[in-house]
Amino acid sequence: MAEYGTMRVKTGLAEMLKGGVIMDVVDAEQAKIAEASGAVAVMALERVPADIRAQGGVARMSDPEKIREIQEAVTIPVMAKCRIGHFVEAQILQALEVDYIDESEVLTPADLEHHVDKWQFTVPFVCGATNLGEALRRIAEGAAMIRTKGEAGTGDIVNAVTHMRAVFGHIRKLTAMAEEELYAEAKKLQAPYELVRWVAEHGRLPVVTFTAGGIATPADAALCMQLGADGVFVGSGIFKSGDPERRAKAIVEATTHFKDPEILARVSAGLGEPMVGISAASLDPSQLLETRGW
Amino acid sequence: MEKPLRIGVLAVQGNFREHAAMLRRLGAEPVEVRLPGELEGLDGLIVPGGESTAIGRLMALYGLDDAVQAFDRPIFGTCAGMIVLDRDHLGLGDYRVRRNAFGRQVASFEADLDLGDGEAPLRAVFIRAPWIEEVGPGVEILAEVDGHPVLARQGRLLVAAFHPELTDDTRIHELFLNQVREAAGVRA
Repeated sequence: MAEYGTMRVKTGLAEMLKGGVIMDVVDAEQAKIAEASGAVAVMALERVPADIRAQGGVARMSDPEKIREIQEAVTIPVMAKCRIGHFVEAQILQALEVDYIDESEVLTPADLEHHVDKWQFTVPFVCGATNLGEALRRIAEGAAMIRTKGEAGTGDIVNAVTHMRAVFGHIRKLTAMAEEELYAEAKKLQAPYELVRWVAEHGRLPVVTFTAGGIATPADAALCMQLGADGVFVGSGIFKSGDPERRAKAIVEATTHFKDPEILARVSAGLGEPMVGISAASLDPSQLLETRGW
Repeated sequence: MEKPLRIGVLAVQGNFREHAAMLRRLGAEPVEVRLPGELEGLDGLIVPGGESTAIGRLMALYGLDDAVQAFDRPIFGTCAGMIVLDRDHLGLGDYRVRRNAFGRQVASFEADLDLGDGEAPLRAVFIRAPWIEEVGPGVEILAEVDGHPVLARQGRLLVAAFHPELTDDTRIHELFLNQVREAAGVRA
């Protein structure tokens, strides 16, 4: 008897994406460039985060027609975003047979308290996290993949680094704790004790952990990989740069050869203009996307 | 003591770490392969699951496609690895694969697979999996799902459409390591 939508099947697809780059695309043409450049998946969205940031307004799930067009253009997995807590957008994305749903803080949240109950879906979910407690709460809700958030649409890597250090550093601390200390730690983390204990025993999250938010160069991608990410999401960094195809290929190569500085030096050369960045520190707290999600 | 078998795991993209963990569990020594020179002296090679388009491109960039074609020891390909080795890609296996044959992720599944060995069935995990569409005379089909071959052997090659590295069942990796031992024995 075949079983569909088991946790093993859901996390299994994330396993296959490891060591790869997932690229934000807004149409079929960009999706084809991403696939030809070696992306392991594409994220279909209406506007890249840099544009959402610049144009403001409410950011929602993409038009299904756009998503279909992208699905028809490529053979690699197609992901799409729904708003935090917007389970009907998630139902629609499942009906469209997207390969992964990103319940994303980049879109305007639909619920200020509850995230989507992801156990109700056959399609797996990826969710953002800024720290270990947030990551474990998402996993408890059924997320099959985590991405540290960073600050999307800035081209500034600093928040991605902060969040990875927070998640991976905290995991390292858990592994050194006495068993009885884990109960109090679970309370502090506001996460289920069983998950906290699993992480303490295994020294990692129980699901694949990518990083996102602010990656603009091959060096940024390799930095994330050296800090312990399983792979990277690149949003505005590729299609808001001067030569998207060349930059996309370079970031893919850097993600594979992240430990080889000579290869990194070669692929970083002559890429043209990177996306125009915004320093994350200069943003008003009300403009931050990373604080969305609870 | 017997020297451990040194098995390369192609590590340009995909879930190579789980294959390495499985090999360690079975007493073999895994070696991550990202560049052609790293194939030297290996007893066998695993081409893991991942995205076959990404893996194919990254292999070609550093001449790993030619190097793997010239590699003369046993090779085990899972999922994307099975695609990479087929007639339309590296051409090492005399079979043709249909990519994403079962459908998109909503159609990914796990199921019991009868290996015809009289043992308990194997729990197999299929992720956007391919199946074998067409085989040449030298290819032996070891397991099928709904009449589609998903595990096959051709001389020193072993290919699976599913992911034995995602379960605790070590039988498929043992099967491969036995092929490696036989090949090494013949040479020695």
